Amino acid sequence: MSAIEITGLVKRYGDVEAVRGIDLIIEEGEVFALLGPNGAGKTTIVEILEGHREATSGEVIVLGHDPSKAERAFKDRIGIVLQETSVEKELTVTEALTIYGGAYSRNLDKNKLVAIVGLTEKADARIGTLSGGQKRRLELALGIVGDPELIFLDEPTTGFDPSARREAWHVIDNLRNLGKTILLTTHYMDEAQNLSDRVAVISDGVIVAEGTPETLGGRELSATRITFRAPIGTSFPFDATVDGDVVTIEAQDPTTDVHRLTGWAIENGVELEDLTVTRPSLEDVYLALTEED
Amino acid sequence: MARPSSMSLISQQTGYETKLFYRTPIAAFFTIVFPLMLLVVFGALFGSEEIEELGVTVAQYYAPALAVFAAASATYTNIGIGTAAKRDEGILKRVRGTPLPAWNFFAGVVVSATIVAAVAVTLMMTVGVFAYGIVIYPRTLPAAIVTFLVGVACFASLGLLLAAVAPSGPAATAIANATLLPLAFFSGLFVPPSSETPDWIITLGNIFPLKHFNVAFQAAFLPNTTGSQFDWTALMVMTVWGVGALLLALRLFKWENTPKSGRKSQKKASA
Repeated sequence: MSAIEITGLVKRYGDVEAVRGIDLIIEEGEVFALLGPNGAGKTTIVEILEGHREATSGEVIVLGHDPSKAERAFKDRIGIVLQETSVEKELTVTEALTIYGGAYSRNLDKNKLVAIVGLTEKADARIGTLSGGQKRRLELALGIVGDPELIFLDEPTTGFDPSARREAWHVIDNLRNLGKTILLTTHYMDEAQNLSDRVAVISDGVIVAEGTPETLGGRELSATRITFRAPIGTSFPFDATVDGDVVTIEAQDPTTDVHRLTGWAIENGVELEDLTVTRPSLEDVYLALTEED
Repeated sequence: MARPSSMSLISQQTGYETKLFYRTPIAAFFTIVFPLMLLVVFGALFGSEEIEELGVTVAQYYAPALAVFAAASATYTNIGIGTAAKRDEGILKRVRGTPLPAWNFFAGVVVSATIVAAVAVTLMMTVGVFAYGIVIYPRTLPAAIVTFLVGVACFASLGLLLAAVAPSGPAATAIANATLLPLAFFSGLFVPPSSETPDWIITLGNIFPLKHFNVAFQAAFLPNTTGSQFDWTALMVMTVWGVGALLLALRLFKWENTPKSGRKSQKKASA
């Protein structure tokens, strides 16, 4: 059975349609990223799957449950990391993990959990004294304290500095290795690329592309691009786009094309300044997909 | 590991709520210390005057009256403000995402508030006994305890209703003060009733449960009585208010403030 099955999901707030017909299947053990700009509908979708909101129409099945029924057996199997940090500042880290963990039938070991998220030194500190990044890592710990099968991570690293993000990615990677199913939302390309098995790009309440980070939007089929600078007026024995002194070649067979290009340059004594060979990044694909009409 | 029982969850939640209470000094001050200060000040100002209709001194009247005020603050004010603030901070939403049954969560809130109210009332009455000569009669003690429990349940329900209707924590604070303080005056908690009390104030007091809480609780500490001093009318009025407030709160309660996610850009897109 799939972990998450979404069919024809629509969510309306008043006369505004935030989610406009989504179909999606996420398999058990998958790390799936919902990628999209702010306001695309990512959080609305995730909160419907968590049971925090009700769908206007369409069908949603999560771990075999209808999340809108808010069944205890369902909540016992999921872990939620909300987008906003929200923990009682009067409690200590360990107290919060004990209290929130107390409701689940299974618990991860508190000491290990605190170590996983890098808060061992802060275990007995009041939450009010933690930094923003430490609070987010506590959120992550609270989301997994009940040893869930399915974890929702709503923008788990927004506001992190680069090293904190690396650490959080490491934690998420460990969860993947434990066989957890993870649904995360993000607007960071590199996050989706590093963490997820599959990605869906959401724009304006619909899925505009779905695939692995490597194949998204036909990325693997796109031409490799060779760019360099050459003196204006140079003529080339091959197809090239010239913009001032910047030359771009769409290479169908990059290995041969680069060889021919450099061979020609050496023969003719042309210096290829700033020579680069790139494939369109996930970011290019994403920007192309989510561009405003 | 088995699913935890409601009993253990409620006791855990009660401990957690009580911990939050004593780590929030401002709430502890207004609930426990402030009513005691009022008793000392009122007692010093006109403590030895006698209230003829009741046969007690003013100080002997104020101890149970302010105990009732403390009990109402501990439940109505603290539950209302505390719960609305938790909603503001997204804590209710987090709780809702865990397997903790909602009623276990609220049972913890109410039991903890009841413990705080019991501490405040016990302190108040202890001061009353030692400083102002109030007598505790074993004969009327059951009536005092039952009145306390019914009153606390009634005002806890009203606190949950306050949390349900207040749009935010600060709004809940404003509503709590704007309702409880005037009501305390109308209900004779700060000004003992006398032959000069205007009819409309008496009528107003009779409608709401606070005056009944006070009258029934006072009755258990009056000298020159004989029976068990249960005030069934007062208990009935408080029960009706409590049940009504609870039903309304259940209908109106929200776990998070109005959602705003996904709206802004959608509006822009549809404009």
